[in-house]
Amino acid sequence: MSLKHLLVVGLGALSASAAAQDHSNHGTHTPATADTPYQMQGSGAGHHDPMFLFLQADRLETQFHDGEETLVWDTNAWYGGDLNKLWIKSEGELSLSGGEFEEAEVQALWSHAISTYFDLQTGLRYDIAGKDRVHAAFGVMGLAPYWFEVDAMAYVSDKGDITATVELEYELLLTQRLILQPRAELAFSAQHVPDAGLGKGLTGLDTGIRLRYEIIREFAPYVGIEWQKRFGATADMMRRDGEDPNRMVLVAGIRAWF
Amino acid sequence: MINRRHFLIGASQVGLMTALGASLPAWARSSADGNMGITTLEGRDFNLTIDRFPVTIDGRRGRAVGVNGTLPAPLLRFREGEDVTLRVTNRLKEDTSIHWHGLLLPFEMDGVPGVTFDGIKPGETFTYHFPVRQSGTYWYHSHSGLQEQDGLYGPLVIDPAGADPVAYDREYVLVLSDWTFEGGDRVFAKLKKVSDTYNMGQRTLGDFFRDVSDNGLDATLRDRREWGEMRMSPRDISDTSAMTYEFLINGHTTGDNWNGVFKAGEKVRLRIINASAMTIFNVRMPDLPMTVVAADGLNVQPLETDEFQMGVAETYDVIIEPKEDRAYAFVAESIDRSGQAVATFGPRPGMRAEAPALRKIPTLTMKDMGMDHGAMGHGNMGGMDHSTMDHSQMNHATMDHGQMDHSTMDHSKMGHAQPDEGQMDHAAMGHAPAAKPLKTGPGVDNIATMPVSRLHEPGLGLEDVPHRTLRYSQLRSLDPIPDRRQPERELDLHLTGNMERYMWSFDGIKYTEVKGPIIFKEGERLRLHLTNDTMMSHPIHLHGMFFELNNEGGDHRPRKHTVIVKPGEKLSFDVTADALGNWAFHCHLLYHMHAGMMRVVQVQPRNPGEVDHSTMDHSKMDHSKMGHNNMNHGEHNQ
Ligand SMILES: [Cu+2]
Repeated sequence: MSLKHLLVVGLGALSASAAAQDHSNHGTHTPATADTPYQMQGSGAGHHDPMFLFLQADRLETQFHDGEETLVWDTNAWYGGDLNKLWIKSEGELSLSGGEFEEAEVQALWSHAISTYFDLQTGLRYDIAGKDRVHAAFGVMGLAPYWFEVDAMAYVSDKGDITATVELEYELLLTQRLILQPRAELAFSAQHVPDAGLGKGLTGLDTGIRLRYEIIREFAPYVGIEWQKRFGATADMMRRDGEDPNRMVLVAGIRAWF
Repeated sequence: MINRRHFLIGASQVGLMTALGASLPAWARSSADGNMGITTLEGRDFNLTIDRFPVTIDGRRGRAVGVNGTLPAPLLRFREGEDVTLRVTNRLKEDTSIHWHGLLLPFEMDGVPGVTFDGIKPGETFTYHFPVRQSGTYWYHSHSGLQEQDGLYGPLVIDPAGADPVAYDREYVLVLSDWTFEGGDRVFAKLKKVSDTYNMGQRTLGDFFRDVSDNGLDATLRDRREWGEMRMSPRDISDTSAMTYEFLINGHTTGDNWNGVFKAGEKVRLRIINASAMTIFNVRMPDLPMTVVAADGLNVQPLETDEFQMGVAETYDVIIEPKEDRAYAFVAESIDRSGQAVATFGPRPGMRAEAPALRKIPTLTMKDMGMDHGAMGHGNMGGMDHSTMDHSQMNHATMDHGQMDHSTMDHSKMGHAQPDEGQMDHAAMGHAPAAKPLKTGPGVDNIATMPVSRLHEPGLGLEDVPHRTLRYSQLRSLDPIPDRRQPERELDLHLTGNMERYMWSFDGIKYTEVKGPIIFKEGERLRLHLTNDTMMSHPIHLHGMFFELNNEGGDHRPRKHTVIVKPGEKLSFDVTADALGNWAFHCHLLYHMHAGMMRVVQVQPRNPGEVDHSTMDHSKMDHSKMGHNNMNHGEHNQ
């Protein structure tokens, strides 16, 4: 059998299984009972559950501190339907003065709706900048009572280190387009991880408030202020590197989605 | 005096004027340029072509999907008793279809892809052919994808075979719709991604301070806490809004000012069709009373009112009698009050009535969550005095069990002889081994624990307007209903959803997940109970059969094809399964249907040998001990 032949056969099988899959989506085609006299007609066009692709720059901002500028991104993408989605999250910092990544990570997560407002997310995190490290990632994301957006993740690195982060966001509408967003991000570590600059326990707390204006819903410039605090051994390690563990930064950026 | 025939001749003259070189097609011009109606096609034989074409809406260019290049599609005029043939040619690159909304016809002609036929493939022509068995005001639209949002809808009027019981000198067809330059697919995608994208009426910090000063800090905090706990917004009135929509009357925005002409003293019949994809409209003509003479195409006993709320897909015929030599506004305001379309009726073409200011957005209450009345009355509900209204209505839907308790008669007598058709809940429970109760979950954000009848209410936001409003409870069919049997079988269906995830369903099950149709037996008399667990008003539509809305109207209950089920409401209607085949049954908010708020009803021929539910002996069942509230009666039917 020629390669071309194989390909044709293979594609045929693929499309046949796709068609079967397709058909199983159309629950209404299955006769309810044996005596159902009317089969549903036709292909059920328009009765699939559609899939969507969501792209979001939740924060894409420059942070200003002591004459230094840092580009910070916090971006998400998902593809999927109502209950199951593939999420890609990426966060990081790029020093604009130094031109190097201070932190950068990307996560690939399978996200499954487990309740009215929460998704369970499991997958992998990969740290890009400097210390190449892979983590197993596990957590929940959703909307808590009183409209708090929650993203709580725990990580186990390939070296066995356990860390966790909790992000909370809230939106306060000054008008329908002018929105004040308080935000807090807590980081924990179950052990000392010296090469990651982490002490044990609560390692960091970033709290900030951003004021954005939604020119259209999909695009909003913002300004804000953020307090970045590091604790315990984590703070000590920063001091040793000549960095300030307690900083206040001004931010300016855009929030956009498609 | 100009009668209807003259009006039709007038419309064709407009067509001629277009041919003579006006730059805009007739339908796109204002009355000052001679546009007095919608392109009309009349007779028994019709050729319709579905295509994409450019449109100008409020001066801005866009592209529509529609019929014969017009928005709305042409007015089709049939005559009762004739056979019609409609050849529909698809010039799109995707499948299409036309569904004849409200028409009684063989199900193969109903035009729902995947349910009654295959759809019309690109390049193909599908021939619809059916006898016209009714008269009145209807419409037609695509049932494929989201084409209805993009312009594939048009009015359909059937003249009665005999004399029309409604007297009028002149008539106009008014097609209300919502247009978006974004296109339906994009709007739906945005709702799935960020479900409150189009909500421009959320409560702000300013509202908080206003409520504190009106109601006090405690009441305001308690209110915010309650809504916050539920993660729901009391301003979740409509998924879509004027943020993306231009509201249209016969394809015209307020700026385009569609214009109807009358002579003072004439009786003018307005055939109003809500052909929107998503917009429930409040309809009024300031300073001019309207007499409702037909609902969903069928005649009702004339009823004078000043405003009514119109669900997507409902039609109302009203008579107006303007006596003064002045312009009157016809106002269609979206239920969330984010926008409106205003047309002008006046003695001369080209007049422009003053558009009233948009009114304040309504705020939902715990009642709209289907919650206990005890939870209400916190004071800061926008000043509406619900408490007086509620108690008068509580009896109807929630107290039926109580009624049964203090009757000593057995149910067989009571159920089947009772003239009060509406509020007896008892037959439903006999048939189901109690299905598992409906629970909240990813697709269901709320269960109405205390749903009530709201047929006596005019619709969300119209409770406190300073004029008369139409309520479903007032509607009486002109003719007695044809089938006066008591229902043999009852079904329960919950309207469910999760606004945050933008999921919509019946009984928590999306259309793509249902195992099969809801089965009706030929000739069977059924009662459907609909409970709205969501915070939105859903216009629910049954194809192929009219149903009698149980509004205590006895033999003159209104017969409808679409009924708004208000938030937290439980209502019921009776239907006679007299049309064999598959029929779509769905919420007529396009994106709700598309997301899964749909079922198929299958009317099966009755086998002579099989068990007949109507012979079941209800008197042997102890209905009083059954907990009806949490049973999911609908599910075993799928
Ligand atoms: Cu709906």
